[in-house]
Amino acid sequence: MVNLISRACGKISPLSIKEYKNNGGFKGLEKALFNMTPKEVIDEVTKSSLRGRGGAAFPTGLKWKFVAMEEKDEKYIICNADEGEPGTFKDKILLDGCPFQVIEGMIIGAYAIGATKGYIYIRGEYPKSKEILVKALNILREEGILGNNIIGQNFSFDIEVRSGAGAYVCGEETALIESIEGNPGRSRFKPPYPPNKGLWGKPTLVNNVETLANIPIIMELGADEYKNYGTDSSAGTKLISVSGSVVNKGVYEIEFGTSLKEIIYDVCGGIEENKKIKFVQLGGSSGACLPEELLDTKLDFDELSKLNIGLGSGAILVVDDSICIPDFVKNTTKFFDHESCGKCTPCREGNRHIIKILNKFTEGEATERDLELIKEISNVMKEASLCGLGQAAPTALITTIKYFKEEYEDHINGSCEVGKCKMKKGVAANA
Amino acid sequence: MPKVEINIDGVNVLVEEGTSILEAAKMVNVRIPTLCYHPDQAVKGSCRVCVVEVENQRNLVAACCTPVSKGMKIKTRSKKVREARRTILNLILADHNQECLACVRNGNCELQNLCMELNIRDTKLEKINKSLPIDNSNPSIVRDESKCIKCGRCITACHEVQGVGAIYNINRGSEMKISTPLNRKLSEVACVYCGQCINVCPVGAIYEKNDIDKVWDALEDGRKHVVVQIAPAIRVSLGEEFEQDPGSIVTGNIVAFLKRIGFNKVFDTNFTADLTIIEEGHELLHRLNNGGKLPMFTSCSPGWVRYIEYFYPELLDNVSSCKSPQQMFGALAKSYYAEKEGLDPKDVVVVSIMPCTAKKAEAVRKEMNDSGYQDVDIVLTTRELGRMIKESRIQINELEEENFDDPLGISTGAAAIFGATGGVMEAALRTVYEVVTKETLENIDFKDLRGLAGSKEATVNVGDLEVNVAVANGLENARKILDLVKEGKANYHFIEIMCCPGGCIGGGGQPIPGTNEVKEKRIEAIYNVDTLSELRKSHENPVVNILYEEFLKEPLGEKSHKLLHTHYHSRS
Repeated sequence: MVNLISRACGKISPLSIKEYKNNGGFKGLEKALFNMTPKEVIDEVTKSSLRGRGGAAFPTGLKWKFVAMEEKDEKYIICNADEGEPGTFKDKILLDGCPFQVIEGMIIGAYAIGATKGYIYIRGEYPKSKEILVKALNILREEGILGNNIIGQNFSFDIEVRSGAGAYVCGEETALIESIEGNPGRSRFKPPYPPNKGLWGKPTLVNNVETLANIPIIMELGADEYKNYGTDSSAGTKLISVSGSVVNKGVYEIEFGTSLKEIIYDVCGGIEENKKIKFVQLGGSSGACLPEELLDTKLDFDELSKLNIGLGSGAILVVDDSICIPDFVKNTTKFFDHESCGKCTPCREGNRHIIKILNKFTEGEATERDLELIKEISNVMKEASLCGLGQAAPTALITTIKYFKEEYEDHINGSCEVGKCKMKKGVAANA
Repeated sequence: MPKVEINIDGVNVLVEEGTSILEAAKMVNVRIPTLCYHPDQAVKGSCRVCVVEVENQRNLVAACCTPVSKGMKIKTRSKKVREARRTILNLILADHNQECLACVRNGNCELQNLCMELNIRDTKLEKINKSLPIDNSNPSIVRDESKCIKCGRCITACHEVQGVGAIYNINRGSEMKISTPLNRKLSEVACVYCGQCINVCPVGAIYEKNDIDKVWDALEDGRKHVVVQIAPAIRVSLGEEFEQDPGSIVTGNIVAFLKRIGFNKVFDTNFTADLTIIEEGHELLHRLNNGGKLPMFTSCSPGWVRYIEYFYPELLDNVSSCKSPQQMFGALAKSYYAEKEGLDPKDVVVVSIMPCTAKKAEAVRKEMNDSGYQDVDIVLTTRELGRMIKESRIQINELEEENFDDPLGISTGAAAIFGATGGVMEAALRTVYEVVTKETLENIDFKDLRGLAGSKEATVNVGDLEVNVAVANGLENARKILDLVKEGKANYHFIEIMCCPGGCIGGGGQPIPGTNEVKEKRIEAIYNVDTLSELRKSHENPVVNILYEEFLKEPLGEKSHKLLHTHYHSRS
């Protein structure tokens, strides 16, 4: 565990400028605005190897550069605070614990890319956090840190808080943009990407809360020192949200390179009494399910990509052996069926077929053909859906078929080893 | 745009950077399958049927919305692509009512064609299609949600082309569907019945109300005297239903068919189009000379009339009080014609063949009973006429051409061009000029007013008067002009508005597909009908002149007022 990005969270009164400043607040902003050109800021971010913390892990410096390159008078920066991924609650810690840090990151970003207007898009289910943010913005305006001529410099920028009505898909950047524009949250096809054509058709930078919270730290420390944290391939730290069958659930900041085993046993105090770990779902409901054998896997972009999985939002759900895999995946899929925007065929139609077929598994009526069908459907969803939601929705299914195929086969053969499913004759197989 | 070299299925091709893969593939003679794509609409990228494989890309990409870039290597028919397309189609089919044999689009369905082309041999997913109530609450349009494949083309037509917004997608996930506000019936929302949604629907989820049997019944009823009128746009489009090239002129064949199946008289809406010009031209002059409400809007398009009644009722006084040619015909058929032939108007049945779905609703407007009976009894669309011909088994292409009957079958070229955007205005100008100046108009082709552009304008010197005219087609284009008029920023005297893009040749009852490419050919044919006409100015129509002498007496006179003019009411 480290305390780098979250260093002020819980330590300071969230809306006290004084306490924020005493803990290093606005040093990064001052450094950027007083001593650096926008290009130098972007170079520094690029050098830090910071990658997006929302889930897609896109190199942040490169994204900034794309927006900076666009020669338009109007550009926008959006802070994606729609933290909707199930099992993810780390952005809330930053928003509630140290809102100034996130906003400082946005101001630096706006300066770097040439944006004059910013939006914080916060999920509807975070009304308290929204209140704090609005207050924080007002305080900053009064202090001259937001608005015209920020800290006396020839740079003006302001931020508005917008809220969704709770649709998961609005965390996807183009759906988020649609929502800010007043439209139903439905993803746009890409290209054009938001850095070229985003909000109101203008170049737009969309960054996650945690990504932006990294910026003041990078500015303050400098990229070289920042890179002392983490691994060669993954610089810095990650906020993880751990839930499930571990003793200490919660949000922790860890350095990249920490293994899942270390997280579960060292950071979170191990598995709850009398339970045995079955798998870990990494990155929220849209993340991969990894069996116990893979717990030595380190949180590191390169290492994870070798396994063909992503870190996602950094949610870690620890699942014990009382859980039946087809039943678990069915529930996950119900979530995506409910949250799909309904625009593209694979995602709109795929989820409900998967649910129907998984029902056959949990009722002991599935056949080999059903297994083939869900493979086929999940594959098309992953390969052909319009946006990340549909592409990632079947990840739990795909990875459990990969690592727990025998459990699907057991169900085909009429048995559910955990005794969760009521099989054909209404009796749990091993009850 | 610079050109880049890409490779499609092993063939190198040079295309402009930014071209979609879909378009690029056409250059190597590969037509990638599509469903939500429509050539005249913005790309949606939602059905995913057009997926292709691109080297070094993690996932498949949709060809319709992915631009090519330098060195791109594309596979359009690999195993992966073929299997993905089939699965996607299977997903669509599982929620599609597959009663194809009883479907109005059987044989002309994009989904059906795709299933055939992509070799769908089994529909392996469980059917989740529910039978849902069919909305046939209005005289024009029927919606069958169980057939809807959620491509969104109707929404684009309703919102972006027409600016009406009667339908939209509601809910999300698998619950997403296309519906009206608050899931109401179409009759209970601000729908103008233009039918543009029908024209772009790839399947049979939305179609016109079927009135064919009413016509057969009337024809078999010995007590009835059944007359029929055909609109200007029918003759240049019906051929498409019988494998003729778009733009084929089939007037004589239609007349022959209609006579063959037993209509007592086969007349022409073009006759009353000429009459409309006389009445509307005089109304314009009356407004100009007497400080009447200007600009004056044309009133022949019932979708447009519904639109202004819903959305701009404050401008209703600007709409010409002239009935549409269809309704003028109905009123005269049951008065002048019945009287002349010694028929009791209650025994006269008036059938219209229209390119339009809104005409079905126009015919049942309560104002349209000035003959003492419902002036027009049954309205069929071009497509319905096509179906009727097929059902009759008469081989229309083989029929010897015949002429319209007298007296309501005589018309000029000016009437023919009513079927295309700009045509009513052009016809009116030909007449107004000569009526006012008493001089012969030498150049009668107002080419600035022709063509598919959304709005057009011109200034015409009529004697001492400079008349500013404008033409709009498609209601979204109309809206722009209406806003200018409302703000007092438009100094037009006369504005022609046709509800459907391209005018009536692009009407909601026309053969499908009716893409812009097809519409252009229909328009060309309409002007050919004009050029080939002996008479090309409405006021030269001899029968119209006889009608005034024998019956109406004068334009805007008492009889005209009773039979040929109407009024409108706010629906907002």
